[in-house]
Amino acid sequence: MNRSFSDRKYIIIILILAVGFIFIARLFYLQVLDQSYLLSAESNVLRHNIIYPNRGLIYDRNGKLLVYDEAAYDLMVVPGQVEELDTIEFCQLLNISDSTFKARLKKAKSYSYYKPSTFVAQITKEEFGFLEEKLYKYPGFFVQSRSLRKYPLPIAAHLLGYIGEVDNRDMDQDPYYRMGDYIGKSGLERFYEKELRGSKGVQIVMVDVHNREQGSYRNGRYDTVAIPGDNLYLSLDADLQSYGEKLMQNKIGSIVAIDPRSGEILAFVTSPTYDPNLLVGRVRGDNFSHLSKDSLKPLLNRAIMGTYPPGSTFKMVNALVGLQEGVLHDYTSYSCYGPASTPIRCTHDHISPLELQEAIEQSCNPYFWNVFKSIINNPKYPSVADAFNAWRGHVTSIGFGHKFNTDIPFEQSGNIPTASLYDKIYQPGHWNALTIRSLAIGQGEILITPLQLANLSVVIANRGFYYPPHLVRAVGMPEAPIEAYKQKLFTTIEPQHFAVVQEAMLDVFEGEHGTARWAKLDGVEICGKTGTVQNPHGKDHSMFIAFAPKEDPKIAMSVIVENSGYGSTWAAPIASLLIEQYLNDTISRPYIEKRILEGNLISK
Amino acid sequence: MRQQKSIIQNLDWITILLYFLLVLIGWVNIYAAVYDEQHRSILDMSQNYGRQLIWIITSVALALVILIIDAKFFSTFAYIIYFLIILLLVGVLLGGREIAGSKSWFQIGAFSLQPAEFAKFATTLALAKYLSKIDLNISKLSTRVTAAAIIFIPASLILMQHDTGSALVFAALVLVLFREGLSGNLLVLGFLIGLLFILALLFNKFILIGFLAVNAMLVIWLFKEIRRKWGWIAGVLVLASIYVYSVDYAFENVLEPHQKKRINVLLGKETDIHGAGYNINQSKIAIGSGGFAGKGFLKGTQTKFKFVPEQSTDFIFCTVGEEWGFIGSFIVIGLFVGLMIRIVIIAERQRSQFSRIYGYGVASILFFHFAVNIGMTIGLFPVIGIPLPFVSYGGSSLWGFTILLFIFIRQDSVRLELL
Repeated sequence: MNRSFSDRKYIIIILILAVGFIFIARLFYLQVLDQSYLLSAESNVLRHNIIYPNRGLIYDRNGKLLVYDEAAYDLMVVPGQVEELDTIEFCQLLNISDSTFKARLKKAKSYSYYKPSTFVAQITKEEFGFLEEKLYKYPGFFVQSRSLRKYPLPIAAHLLGYIGEVDNRDMDQDPYYRMGDYIGKSGLERFYEKELRGSKGVQIVMVDVHNREQGSYRNGRYDTVAIPGDNLYLSLDADLQSYGEKLMQNKIGSIVAIDPRSGEILAFVTSPTYDPNLLVGRVRGDNFSHLSKDSLKPLLNRAIMGTYPPGSTFKMVNALVGLQEGVLHDYTSYSCYGPASTPIRCTHDHISPLELQEAIEQSCNPYFWNVFKSIINNPKYPSVADAFNAWRGHVTSIGFGHKFNTDIPFEQSGNIPTASLYDKIYQPGHWNALTIRSLAIGQGEILITPLQLANLSVVIANRGFYYPPHLVRAVGMPEAPIEAYKQKLFTTIEPQHFAVVQEAMLDVFEGEHGTARWAKLDGVEICGKTGTVQNPHGKDHSMFIAFAPKEDPKIAMSVIVENSGYGSTWAAPIASLLIEQYLNDTISRPYIEKRILEGNLISK
Repeated sequence: MRQQKSIIQNLDWITILLYFLLVLIGWVNIYAAVYDEQHRSILDMSQNYGRQLIWIITSVALALVILIIDAKFFSTFAYIIYFLIILLLVGVLLGGREIAGSKSWFQIGAFSLQPAEFAKFATTLALAKYLSKIDLNISKLSTRVTAAAIIFIPASLILMQHDTGSALVFAALVLVLFREGLSGNLLVLGFLIGLLFILALLFNKFILIGFLAVNAMLVIWLFKEIRRKWGWIAGVLVLASIYVYSVDYAFENVLEPHQKKRINVLLGKETDIHGAGYNINQSKIAIGSGGFAGKGFLKGTQTKFKFVPEQSTDFIFCTVGEEWGFIGSFIVIGLFVGLMIRIVIIAERQRSQFSRIYGYGVASILFFHFAVNIGMTIGLFPVIGIPLPFVSYGGSSLWGFTILLFIFIRQDSVRLELL
């Protein structure tokens, strides 16, 4: 029965012959009939000129230009096309030594014999004009137009980041990149690399044996156009950023200011900082190594990489958890025996016994030890570990202990200890509130970043929720905000618990005994809280969180000044000045500003 | 002694000659494609051409081993070989190494092995074994389902490795089923479904469905004897409309962006300013610039820029076209067509069903690779990364195709022993 299908072999043979015939016909057309694929007799090589797109521009929230591109030129080499040349003249032309010439040619050869690599990068316009005239003498070399990043305002260096040449790993990961291309190495340049870089174009030109371009190949039929990168529209306020950097000069620390209504970061200061123009072009290498050797670590972005114990600012977190868990009320009062208190002594001089609002305002350590003890010993939970986990759940919901995973590169997650950590240290069942008492006043195993601290201020300002803090409002079009950042994130603390905390924070400025009363701003209700963080390596860190105005918060922030002592001395006035600058756009207290600007806390 | 002699006498030397010619052409062109002045020696082991020589030598050794093994071995152990290869395919999914987005490689020392290349002969063996069962009726549904399963299992495992090209190769085995009696209508139907797929991508859904409806009405009006079956035609029309809609959906949601782009570029729906069509253009420039007689050995300029990726593997035909021109391309295509027709002719002279079916399997797989690979380099097919058999650089591929072909040559050598 199978024999009957044997005729089908003809169909299959015809199919094979048909495809073979179609291919030969097509090849006859491509190779013999269509002469346009042939290169003219005098041009023996096609050169693929890469057209580099302009990298996207970066603007601040008010449309101020922060980053743009400036023209520059790269001298490229294709080692396979290089012929005998007068190296002495050539080296003089480029102002390089003979050994550099040899080394670079060798490096280019080791990359590829036929693909172009950069020989001299970032030649200025003037040098370029001179070089262009002589280039015909040197087959295999040609000039490629590129661009350099420029920063009209010398601010926000860490946040903007910088670009640099791709390395082998970049090229392996993404075949888009070729030797000598630029890629965002840090900051927003890195995070938004794909959006900023645009898309390279290629122009195919015929080149004769004398390295002269003979015009485009096949009327540009196979050329592709370069597509410029998308612009970034930041949430950053350039004026506030620049004022913040000014106030932080000669101090170590950071400022993070957020608009609580959107999670948009308004200022992102880390100090000491550097001029972003230093890390551009041919000077980048030298400046980079200079900056990286600096003992004050100006390349470190303290606002996200620095992790600190939160100190007294964390007392409000414990207060909120206590209120939410029902173990603390506005009227709960505890006694304080000052320096004689156990197990944690008090460093402030104030009345006793006192209630919650006063305790926050006065930053009373024994009060919050009692609060913490009642949270951990809450009879609602079967064990200390369970109560501790409940506490931890509240704390992480406020934004601590994890990254926000928005567009902030190299963000750290900080640390909120887990019950299993204490189980490991002390054995399960062998630890209690007393063992971990440092947590009551924000010391011990807790580590937070300045960004998370600013977010705490946002949560209190908003009475229980926040938006993911982020730096970029829109990509490409200014009016196309990023949807993912518009989602409200609710904490586990109910809104009614925030009233007393806000009142206490207002008292920090307005109250008779407020720790920041002398930094208060007339006409604006600022809520704040000082923190003085014990630092085993030296003088205490001064810490402050604030938001304003109280009834309709427009700005919330954290300020950290390392090794400066009490929070009220440096961090609080800096916060007050920044709030005034942002809300009123003037400075009415030049005496405070003067003291801050002149304060030099860096002893070299 | 007599046995040995008869093997040599009964070998089909034409096929073996064609095989060696293609392998040699491949090696020479790999040398030309990768050649640079720092590594002039064709034996330089740091370069693809040096390594290819190792693959060629080991392939010849493999071929010899296959010719020595008893011919019945392959039919007897067909299912076991198939099963082992399936295990390898599963293994590579679990413990394989990812290269260029495809998790289809085993790393063994400095070399990587791609099980998918060996799945081709194993599946062909299993299919031949199954279809050569006595009293098998291919018009029965259960037979078709089993045959389809034999093909689909390795194909879907390879698809899971994100190696779409190699998975598609298995579709070629439909030709084997056709030769063994699968209704030609099914192939025509498959062709029509494919055509409708392309039309659905090219034209507006509503216009296309309207066009089909008008055609259906014309058929009902013109052919009286069909008129009574109008219900059938209406049903087909509804199915076709649903299909057109789902093609649109599938294209947008199932295919990966780069696959969509390749199809769009080929259909001319999207111009290639972003460079998705860049490879094809480079490849066409290279081949077209070869002219009638070619630029000569190592004189090619276009293929040396390495602007065509996979120069020595999937795009090796560019080098042939550029350096050897129309004459060289003609010869390579002639050799392939000759080899495939020779295999069909040999397959037809087999007395054993198993050998015949296996032979058709070999021809189908070679045909698919040949059509898709060369079609892609000259801009007649979307870019699907599969090698040109025997010619492209690559150990797994050369080994796989050598085994595929020589098992058949071995089967053929004993065709007279079967009465």
